[in-house]
Amino acid sequence: MSIQNRESFLNNLAGRLHRPRRTQGVSRPDWSVYPQYDVLKGITQDELVEVLEKQCEAIHTDFIHTDRKGLPKLLEETIRNYNGKSMIVSNDSRNEEYGLSGLYKDLDRDLNVHIWDPRLGKGNQVIAEQADVGITFSDITLAESATVTLFNNKNNGRSISLLPKTYIAIIPKSTLVPRMTQAANQIHEATMKGEEVASYVSFISGPSNSADIEMNLIVGVHGPIKATYILVD
Amino acid sequence: MSVKIGEAPYKERITKGIENDFMREAVSSAQGRFRAGRLTRAEELGNWEDWRQLGEEIRTHTLENIDFYLQQLSDAVSEKGGNVYFAETAEDANHYIQNVVKKKNAKKVVKAKSMVTEEIGLNDAIKDLGVEVVESDLGEWILQLDEEAPSHIVTPALHKNKKQIRETFTKKRGYDQSDDPEELAAFARKELRKDFLAADVGITGCNFAIAESGAITLVTNEGNAEMVTTLPDTVVTVMGMERIVPTWEEMEVLVSLLTRSAVGQKLTSYITAYGGARLEDEIDGPDDYHLVIVDNGRSKILGTEFQAALHCIRCASCINVCPVYRHVGGHAYNSIYPGPIGAVITPLLDGYDDHQELPYASTLCGACTEACPVKIPLHEMLIRHRQILVERENKAPMSEKILMNGFAKWSSSPAAYKISTKLARPALTPWIKDKDRIENGPGPLKGWTDVRDFPAPSKKSFRAWFKERESDSHEHSK
Ligand code: SF4
Repeated sequence: MSIQNRESFLNNLAGRLHRPRRTQGVSRPDWSVYPQYDVLKGITQDELVEVLEKQCEAIHTDFIHTDRKGLPKLLEETIRNYNGKSMIVSNDSRNEEYGLSGLYKDLDRDLNVHIWDPRLGKGNQVIAEQADVGITFSDITLAESATVTLFNNKNNGRSISLLPKTYIAIIPKSTLVPRMTQAANQIHEATMKGEEVASYVSFISGPSNSADIEMNLIVGVHGPIKATYILVD
Repeated sequence: MSVKIGEAPYKERITKGIENDFMREAVSSAQGRFRAGRLTRAEELGNWEDWRQLGEEIRTHTLENIDFYLQQLSDAVSEKGGNVYFAETAEDANHYIQNVVKKKNAKKVVKAKSMVTEEIGLNDAIKDLGVEVVESDLGEWILQLDEEAPSHIVTPALHKNKKQIRETFTKKRGYDQSDDPEELAAFARKELRKDFLAADVGITGCNFAIAESGAITLVTNEGNAEMVTTLPDTVVTVMGMERIVPTWEEMEVLVSLLTRSAVGQKLTSYITAYGGARLEDEIDGPDDYHLVIVDNGRSKILGTEFQAALHCIRCASCINVCPVYRHVGGHAYNSIYPGPIGAVITPLLDGYDDHQELPYASTLCGACTEACPVKIPLHEMLIRHRQILVERENKAPMSEKILMNGFAKWSSSPAAYKISTKLARPALTPWIKDKDRIENGPGPLKGWTDVRDFPAPSKKSFRAWFKERESDSHEHSK
């Protein structure tokens, strides 16, 4: 697509810096320190789970720990606790893998379950906007900040985690890393290799909130008002 | 250029700020809270000084090579199906965005908070087309209903209490519930949902643009920036040209510094990386995407002794620790960029003429410099401004000239203020009411002291002070 006014703009910058324009050959230097790699360094996956669980409290997010067998039942309970009559779910191959496809079919008998469907176009957004619950898997999970990372794509629209009143993230334990450093590193490596990274990456830490009124924390503003993470062994 | 907010003289603005009790209390408790948050988060990280060091190195390298990185960024965005427009001035930027809005026949534009769009006066430019503009951050929305300029970079509606907010909602939107913050917020959520769904164009700012992949990172808590970039079919990002990082890895470091410094959070609820047009079969996100990269005076700062001011990541830490801000509040600065960083960059962006007093809106205590996560030497820059004002532009009144000669000699360390005020003391003596208050100081102090007694410069001798400082630093090194 079009790029306008670039040459004069960038030439001016080079001039201000008193040197010729740099169009290639710039690379990042070695920094003198890398403190980001020291955070939660060398701790086990189980310890990361503890860090995650603790941080969930700080961000007003319910935390549930289960295994694959227990997942469908706990997920249903969470949905019912949220008084969820309608829900929208990503069209993820992991639904099958984690035994959720069956659950969604069952639930669809008395609740409305919509699985994201690209053929429906904007209809997906309309459904998401009215849904009580949105459910997605986490692609990378950051223990330190209790953050789920979503690579949004045509089967996993970002509306799912954004528009419904409540949000449930299913977290495969294998997606746990210490902090954002590792996620950024993975995405950087993929970019270097020319692999397609999702056009939209969301790092979500709990429900939306604001401190704009008298500095009081208000949980639940534009995005979901409540959130639950279900960690699956 | 609308870095400047209004025409009221400086003295009037600070008087107004100081007289507004709620405002001052709000500011001061916000400062306390933000500051405490920042300190705990910083402590948790342990090696905070290493983080700051890294932050400074990243910003320095990026700004030194900004032409290269902006080129890389624009190529990447264009590859992802986005349009890129380099705007030298505010007018250029507004004009381009007006054209986008016109071409879409847009009736409604939704925005997520952005200082740069405030700076270029974009809202007015869009309203001139007869198109409705909706600010969607809770704080900004409240201000917009009230038609006020923001008073703080991070939480813009800081100076309003919930009763005032309720009144505004009732008057402007027929709100009939209580002044409970949750209820107020729920009402705003409902009202703004309609706007998100109906908007033809979404406009956001940019925290960090990632050069390697053409992604724009937004750091928010409310989720409105996500709405703005997800629902409308046309999305425009406006970024100040310096808000760029080489790769995802530097983005991550700066985001960690930003969220800890700004709000004391490990990460905000939403960190979003987007950019370019949606891919085939994707439903969310725009099919028409524009990135507008704004200079608007910034390039004048490049290659000068003030270049590091462009390293700012807009965390507002310097504002939260500033004793002067605590007393006068954001509006006194008459700039959309308040506090120490505002006092540094406003004269750089908008010239000294209208902002001569700003470099004096500081006690040079150095708290800002210490708080800055990317180590911008803010108070040293303020001293340089003063020197420039006094020596080169000859715009300051006589009384400051005497003071400034003192400052000039000592301009390179935080010690400057106290040492120089020792020189200033004799000049101030006639105005000193009791031993620690100045009732009517000369020059810039007068503006403060007419409304509130201003602490007199410390009477300690240089030696006494130096000794104390020595033992202080011993304490620290223990
Ligand atoms: S100058 Fe430093 S402390 Fe102030 S807002 Fe910018 S980055 Fe934050």
